[in-house]
Amino acid sequence: MGHHNEVQAKSQAQYEYDRHHNAVHMKKQVVNFAIMIFLTFLAFAVVVADFSPYLIKPFILLLAGIQVVLQLYSFMHMDDKNGHHIGVISTYVWSGAMIIFPVFLAFVTIIWW
Amino acid sequence: MSSVAVSKKKGFGAVLWDYLTTVDHKKLGVMYLFAGVLFFAIAGFEALLMRIQLMVPNNDFISAGLFNELLTMHGTTMLFLAATPLLFGFMNAIVPLQIGARDVAFPFLNSLGFWLFFLGALFLHLSFFMGGAPDAGWTSYASLSLYSPGHGIDFYVLGLQISGAGTLISGINFIVTIITMRAPGMTFMRMPLFTWTTLISSSLILFAFPPLTVGLFFMLVDRMFGANFFDHTMGGNTIIWEHLFWIFGHPEVYILVLPAFGLFSEIIPVFARKRLFGYSSMVFATILIGFLGFMVWAHHMFTVGMGPTANAIFAIATMAIAVPTGMKVFNWILTIWGGSIKVTVPMIYALGFIPSFVAGGVTGVMMATAPLDYQLHDSYFIVAHFHYVIVGGIVTAIFASMHYYWPIMFNRTLNEKLGFVTFWVFFIGFHLTFFLQHFLGLMGMPRRVFTFQADQGWDLFNYISSIGAIMMAIGVVLLVINVLLSVKTPPVNRRDYWGDGRSLEWSIQLPVPFYNFKQTPLVRGFDPCWLEKQEGNKEMMTYAEPLGDIHMPNNSILPLIMSIGLFIAAFGALYHPDGVSWSVPVIVIGLGITVLAMITRSVKDDHGFHVHVEEVIATEEHLYGKGGNK
Repeated sequence: MGHHNEVQAKSQAQYEYDRHHNAVHMKKQVVNFAIMIFLTFLAFAVVVADFSPYLIKPFILLLAGIQVVLQLYSFMHMDDKNGHHIGVISTYVWSGAMIIFPVFLAFVTIIWW
Repeated sequence: MSSVAVSKKKGFGAVLWDYLTTVDHKKLGVMYLFAGVLFFAIAGFEALLMRIQLMVPNNDFISAGLFNELLTMHGTTMLFLAATPLLFGFMNAIVPLQIGARDVAFPFLNSLGFWLFFLGALFLHLSFFMGGAPDAGWTSYASLSLYSPGHGIDFYVLGLQISGAGTLISGINFIVTIITMRAPGMTFMRMPLFTWTTLISSSLILFAFPPLTVGLFFMLVDRMFGANFFDHTMGGNTIIWEHLFWIFGHPEVYILVLPAFGLFSEIIPVFARKRLFGYSSMVFATILIGFLGFMVWAHHMFTVGMGPTANAIFAIATMAIAVPTGMKVFNWILTIWGGSIKVTVPMIYALGFIPSFVAGGVTGVMMATAPLDYQLHDSYFIVAHFHYVIVGGIVTAIFASMHYYWPIMFNRTLNEKLGFVTFWVFFIGFHLTFFLQHFLGLMGMPRRVFTFQADQGWDLFNYISSIGAIMMAIGVVLLVINVLLSVKTPPVNRRDYWGDGRSLEWSIQLPVPFYNFKQTPLVRGFDPCWLEKQEGNKEMMTYAEPLGDIHMPNNSILPLIMSIGLFIAAFGALYHPDGVSWSVPVIVIGLGITVLAMITRSVKDDHGFHVHVEEVIATEEHLYGKGGNK
């Protein structure tokens, strides 16, 4: 069993490009991470502030939805336009969401209202 | 493994080892097929015993308890362990050939999927010898199954959990294969219908099996580790099981029937010798059926008491499915219409399929009418309906495809004459069995009863129904005889066995070499084999690359070891509620074996091997004689 041990020298331009690219990427990830922490804080805040459950429940569900999308796009690389088969991946993720959303809706509105 | 065993006859041990470790999609297809036939025969035998019991009123051929076990195992086995693997067999054997791939995307996972399915199925069937089979119906509704004594339900839960994991793995594998492994030129809208339906039904597996896994896991911890998800006295809710089961269970019937539609969409144009009518509407209908299949699960639960709003919405959604299905039926008829029809065995199954399946579909729309369903619920009408759909739709597709694809899978042929006899015996038996059950249902005979009183007007129809079941059994025996006889037929050794093949798999010279295509084909349009033949191309294929080294995956025993680990762990979980001291160690050892095998797989790099040009040429010469594949 041979291991892949290919080493390729990077040119200076490539090195600088990668460095800049990584820095931009890192910044985006940190910002997204901060937003997610803030959203989590908001979720706790509405509970501690003792709002009506009719506000708290939909609000937390909405935040959960936003968190999932952020997670998928920023940390699981769905925002990478040049990724392999990114179109197919988006189609699957969103059609999965489209399938499960009416199921969820059916439960909260007509089955166990 | 890098040297091809050209022209060497292998001993029994070597062949066995080859099959235990194989990652070749064609061999796994054959293994799925034979495993499926085995469980189909077992479940069919169970059905025969039930029909003998119901042949005459007040019969005491089998006891009520055994009847419940047979009924449960018949349904569970037929759906999870017979229809699914039989269709997986054809998907494995044919889909990579149809899209011009040398194997599936994850050959290792393909093997793992098979062994998980097989050992899960074996585990479930051991219940017969280890204190009684599950007896709460294939739906295993929670309140009934929670209080079922003995270990039957535990076998059901653990066996299906293991084999369900295998199905999910295989489903994901097919999605990735079809999306990423298509040959140059094989665009989405040039894919054969069987590949399309495999893609959609694998997607349904991806979205439908997780709810089943969750439901089975709840049941597992409820029964074996003292949780209370379904126990209403402890704050649980028994209806949750029904929802989880049917959110899986309704898509499951589309998971099975869509590939069957795909198979008929392959067979009909070939023997009508005409392009498939309305290809793009067929694709659209397939996607639409897949989508709507998720929106209708509660139509199995109209009588649970969800209220008029829910019942009305689910009734309308259910009726909507008839629209895309109707599109498909009209497309098949219009493909046949005006064609130069050749009635071969696969074609006669297709011709028998259309009216039978439509009959099942029409009763489906009747039951979708919620008020009428209150009358029909839990009666023999339901039994007649779903057997019309499953036998008339899926089983005929499987039998037709066995005849149709046998040359590609085995380089042998099934006997046509015996095939026609099989068809008529089976087809007449099928209608005798299930047509009259509609009327038994309307007369009020409830389903899942082990016997009935005489002189309620049910005696004659039940008797005829049982005669039909015996005819179906004879039909299956004839098919098995046909399979055994095929061993003695001369090898096919040519392309395009049926003479009118359209899709890429018919362009391949038989027997198919283990690397499928010596050069990756270039697909220049829809129905590539037909296209090349029309242009007088004797090789029936245009190549996208020069002859070169071929990269193939290595065989591995690890999938079998991983599956055996889970198989062992399942016994620990099964006996845990008995309070035996060895249950936890057995669980730990079993899971340990699986995890160790997974670690081995992760740590050890396996890059496969290359078949060099000289070996390719040698293999071709060995298979096709001097000069190779020319």
